Amino acid sequence: MTAIVEVRDLTKHFGKVRAVDGVSFTLEQDRIYGLLGRNGAGKTTLMSLLTAQEFASSGSVEVFGHSPVENAGVLEQTAFIKESQKYPEDFRVKHVFRSAPWFFANWNADLAGSLAQDFRLPLDRRIKKLSRGQLSAVGVIVGLASRAPLTFFDEPYLGLDAVARQLFYDRLLADYAEHPRTIVLSTHLIDEVSNLLEHVLVIDEGRILIDSDAETLRGSAVTLAGTAATVDAFASGREVLHREQLGGLATATVPALDATDRRAAEKAGLELTPVSLQQLIVRTTTASEEELS
Amino acid sequence: MDDSRPIFQQIAEQIENDIISGVLPEETQVPSTNEFAAFHRINPATAGKGVNLLVDTGILYKKRGIGMFVAPGSQARLVAERRDQFRTQYVEPLLVEAEKLGITADQLGTMIREAGR
Repeated sequence: MTAIVEVRDLTKHFGKVRAVDGVSFTLEQDRIYGLLGRNGAGKTTLMSLLTAQEFASSGSVEVFGHSPVENAGVLEQTAFIKESQKYPEDFRVKHVFRSAPWFFANWNADLAGSLAQDFRLPLDRRIKKLSRGQLSAVGVIVGLASRAPLTFFDEPYLGLDAVARQLFYDRLLADYAEHPRTIVLSTHLIDEVSNLLEHVLVIDEGRILIDSDAETLRGSAVTLAGTAATVDAFASGREVLHREQLGGLATATVPALDATDRRAAEKAGLELTPVSLQQLIVRTTTASEEELS
Repeated sequence: MDDSRPIFQQIAEQIENDIISGVLPEETQVPSTNEFAAFHRINPATAGKGVNLLVDTGILYKKRGIGMFVAPGSQARLVAERRDQFRTQYVEPLLVEAEKLGITADQLGTMIREAGR
């Protein structure tokens, strides 16, 4: 595996706010990453630093072995689709697609055309006349058809309906299978994308909390439910990620159990339920908040 | 796909199920990694991991440049493995639930015979 992005001790502060706080990680070639975290966690700032739209306060960023700052060779291999991507208002949709090859070395006009049909995007309509969802579709299409070896999608779906989002995931997978590249999806809709991800980065308060293979995280925790006494007896000696109580009943989320422990838990009368990636991340990011306060 | 286990294991299990039920007869080609990924809407690397799990255990074998095929003898082998697991996967949880409800082993036996009719 080849690392195409290397980030070391990266920090960015805006005044007193540390939006990104001493972060180190690598991104490997041809993988799909999830960059997950709450609002204001630092996701957009981090992606802006990687694409040289913001400058680091300290630390280093290398993309394809070079600093991305003022580096056209790196930037034409990189696409960054923002949540509210701006295009000149008087442009028509077709003008956006026609100017895209100036910025993206691997731009594929055929793909853009077929995606525009899939998303039912009127090519002759002016940008300012597009609905919120249609504007997002323009961004999604530019991101996919750029076929950039490093592509960032930052919450690209504002206003996109469920059908259009599914279309985006399907086309993303299909094109990725034919033309592998590194894709970073930043999103709140974790359940929707979790199966697409190979690797997950969770960021909170500017720090990386989780940097792990998605398959390792899946099934890494289980929730026990039963009477409070049984739950606590079984959970004692284990790391408890989360605990809730309702009268005499309690639930506790603990690291995954092996087959013997599962059987013991079931025999003790406990109900076991899996913890989805989304729940796991909600619990991890709320737990870190409790530690801080 | 459920959340409790890694997806690659679930992919491997589904292929195994199709071999056991005869949907994928021995010596036939199984779908490609990208076809599995598109159908289940999962990452192709994850689908590939599931397929490779079965290559490692000899259930599937690779024909260079063509794809993955079901190895001869796979069906009988998988049936034997699943029979070994039947006790822990099905019988033991059944007994746990039966005991919770006060159903005796005799009553359980009667129920199974009646349901089988």
